[in-house]
Formats: sequence, structure tokens, C-alpha cells
Amino acid sequence: MSLILDIASIICFIIGAIAMFTGSLGLLRLPDVYSRIHAAGIIDTAAVGFIILGMMLQAGLTLTSAKLALIVLFLFFTSPISGHAIAMMAHKFGVEPNARQVKASKIGGKNG
Amino acid sequence: MMFVAVLCACAICIIMLVVRASKGPSAFDRILAVNSIGTLIILGISLHGFALGRPEFVDISILYAILNFLGTLAILRFYPVPDASEENKQ
Repeated sequence: MSLILDIASIICFIIGAIAMFTGSLGLLRLPDVYSRIHAAGIIDTAAVGFIILGMMLQAGLTLTSAKLALIVLFLFFTSPISGHAIAMMAHKFGVEPNARQVKASKIGGKNG
Repeated sequence: MMFVAVLCACAICIIMLVVRASKGPSAFDRILAVNSIGTLIILGISLHGFALGRPEFVDISILYAILNFLGTLAILRFYPVPDASEENKQ
């Protein structure tokens, strides 16, 4: 039983670590504030959800597990709020989307 | 052992986010990167507690989540708003 729980939590950790790398790499590489918010959302939902699920499997049915569930619930509510606030303030301050990709595809469409 | 491995992954991701926070073109990139660093530090505190065999660290982690959210909103709230006259010029 312990071995099954260990394997399940290791799988959760691997999925969470992949999501974490994806989100961080997106935050580093994407061209724009508005698209970087999407990468931050991946970290706040998928990475935190799976890694804390793995820790809950290790903790078992205890008070610690309930606290971990509380962290996930809190982040599920607050991450969209902070992302939306950042996007709203960036829009209000006139940060323009980097439309390099969009322009390139439009030019290609006109030529074709 | 697996907790230490996930902690190492957290550290690498935090390094990538620190690069973004240091060279972000606008202030909002920096705020976003610092918010994500805070989220990863929440994970790191919990994982550190589990790796040491003391899960009481989860309480600190909840507190850090609340402070991270309130800090982000406070920075965005008290950021100086651009003048309306400047918008009228455009």
C-alpha cells in the first residue's frame, strides 16, 4: 500500500514539475505581459495542484492534508484575481501587446 | 528523497523567474514574476517541511500565500496612476 502511494505521489510530482518548468519557461520566453500572465496561470493551477496532490498522498488523511487542500483552494481563488488585476493595470497604463506574430501572419495571408 | 528532487526543480524555476523579474521591460512583468516566485516559494516551504519530516511548516505556507496575494494587490493599488491630461494630449 505504501509503495502504491509512493508511486502515485512520484507521478504527481513529475507532472507538477513538468507544469512548473513549462510555466517558468513561458514566463521567461513569451513576448508580452498579457501572454506571460497565461504562463503564470499554469504555475498557479497545474503545478501547485499536482505537487500539493502528491504531498497530500504522502500525508494521508490528516490535518496537514486539510491544510494543503486549503492552500490549493486559496490559490485557485486568488490567482485569477491577481492575474486579472495585473492585466487591467497594464492595459490602463498603455502597455501594448507585442503583435509581431500577428502581423507576420497577416502579411502572409495578404500575399497568399 | 523525492521532496528534495522537487525542491531542486523549484530552485531552477525560481532562477528562471528571477531572470525575468530582473530584466522585465515593464513594471508589470516584474510584479508578475515576483508573484510567481511567491507561489513557488509556497511550494518550497511545504516541500521543505515534508523533507524534514515536520509538516507544521504548512501553516507558514498558508500565511505566505495570503501575504503574497495581498502584496500583489497592494502594489497594483498604490502604483501611481497616469494623468488624465496626458491621455487627452494623445
